[in-house]
Amino acid sequence: MTTVNEVRPRVGPWEGLQQTLTIAWRTLVQIRHNPFELGDFSFQPIMFVLLFTYVFGGAIEGSTSGYLRFALPGIIVMNMIFVTMYVGMGLNTDLTKGVFDRLRSLPIARWAPLAGRIAADLLKQAWSIALLLGVGYLLGFRLGTGIVGLAVATVLILFFALAFSWISVLVGVTARDPEKVQILGYTALFPITFVSNVFVRTDTMPGWLQAVVKANPVSQLSDAVRGLLIGGPVAQPALYSILWAIGIMAVFAPLSLYRLKKRV
Amino acid sequence: MSDVIQAEGLVKRFGETTALAGVDLSVRNGTVLGLLGPNGAGKTTIVRILATLLQPDSGRATIGGYDIMTQAHQVRQLIGLTGQFASVDENLTGLENLVFVGRLLGMPKADAKARARELLGSFKLDDAGERAAKTYSGGMRRRLDLAASLVGRPRLLYLDEPTTGLDPRARMEAWELIRGMVSGGMTVLLTTQYLDEADALADDIVVIDHGRVIAMGTPDELKAKTAAQTLAVRPVDPVHVPTVVAALSELARVEPEVDGQLVSAPVADPGVLPLLYQRLAQDGIEVTELGLRSASLNEVFLSLTGQPIEEESDDDRQ
Repeated sequence: MTTVNEVRPRVGPWEGLQQTLTIAWRTLVQIRHNPFELGDFSFQPIMFVLLFTYVFGGAIEGSTSGYLRFALPGIIVMNMIFVTMYVGMGLNTDLTKGVFDRLRSLPIARWAPLAGRIAADLLKQAWSIALLLGVGYLLGFRLGTGIVGLAVATVLILFFALAFSWISVLVGVTARDPEKVQILGYTALFPITFVSNVFVRTDTMPGWLQAVVKANPVSQLSDAVRGLLIGGPVAQPALYSILWAIGIMAVFAPLSLYRLKKRV
Repeated sequence: MSDVIQAEGLVKRFGETTALAGVDLSVRNGTVLGLLGPNGAGKTTIVRILATLLQPDSGRATIGGYDIMTQAHQVRQLIGLTGQFASVDENLTGLENLVFVGRLLGMPKADAKARARELLGSFKLDDAGERAAKTYSGGMRRRLDLAASLVGRPRLLYLDEPTTGLDPRARMEAWELIRGMVSGGMTVLLTTQYLDEADALADDIVVIDHGRVIAMGTPDELKAKTAAQTLAVRPVDPVHVPTVVAALSELARVEPEVDGQLVSAPVADPGVLPLLYQRLAQDGIEVTELGLRSASLNEVFLSLTGQPIEEESDDDRQ
């Protein structure tokens, strides 16, 4: 393998995919060297589950087990939204530290660096979903539907994560340093996730807030996931969630790519 | 084709500022071109354009015969990039960083690992291979950066300010590494703010200021043109000053400057120093100081442009 390769005119799609996987691998290896990140998307959601179930659960729903049933699907959705922030933070670190330029100077597919980030993010998402369901199971959460419901819920969450990642990409490309990404991200994400039906039923809120909460895609997706995991209406909230995801992607993907092109 | 890099009329604007105002360059195969200039002269912009990271507003360039705009993918297969802006991943170990690049270049896992180990060895990083790059010293970081740009055995290497911020020892080590690569036949485009670095490493030097080429030539031609060195002598006894002035003016062929007992003159040929030493010894003149000092980049600029280097901070000084 020490011979000089001949110069080739373009990258094949298969090679591009391998490069994407290599970049995703690198993102996951980083976790090994920075275990705090693992804590962020592992212990933090578990804390939320424990906190809300045992501290607030009784007051909100009358019983902790009943509350867990209601809240766990929403907490999975909320956690997904927070985990998407890693795409933006990682991208921003690469941009500010010069890793992105090194990647761009290599003969690899132009889309591989971004696709690799997002692919790694989807793996983190899948891990988080499994972890939360596992913890939920230990605390007494049971699927009211079946394996198909679980599979569809997972795909739906991952699809929404894919779309929502583009918001994170935009923040990552725009912000000057990774700390700003975090600040910007959390400032925006707290209202989006809390002003929803993740923790509390919509009909307990004042009328004007109900309108906001019902329109919030996080509420729609939480409803869809509830339906898919514990039973109940699925079609309408799932449809709205998918439409929201497509809408977010249609707006933020081109915007992010435009800003990225401007920045580098 | 003997020129690896050929660039004509490169222009780049960032908003109101003109970073490059029409730059022509050519680099011969197997040689080192030093791009010399102060901060903000446009050196990094030139490297970024030639590395396909940035598109020029006008002008054209080819690398190994491939056009940087229309055949960027081919160009990327020929080049390696090390610099202020092309860096390694601090969270990965040295080994992982190199394996990562090798895998991206399509090497099978075993080959990528073997190549990584080989590079770690030749850059004296064997012991640090399993440690995260963020724990490395400045010199080790540069060596890892350099190793990462060599994984694919590029024909052409860009080194953007390879020694800026390094201590003198790490700087010398970096020079040795670069010399070694060039003797292996690699073509190098080096940017630097230091005249001595360009002098030590480059076959040809292009001096850049305000996005323009203001001088080019071999280090010797450039030094001859700018009298890049100063010979200074301080006789012990003030009565010897006129003799020293006469000897130095004859050897340097310019009228020396006299500042108290210090006699100095710009010289193009460092060979003047031993000649002067012999002359002084013959005449029995003792000196407290005798030496050749490289001109600073500032002095070269002064002689090329008639103006000192404008640093951004100078604006406030008015």
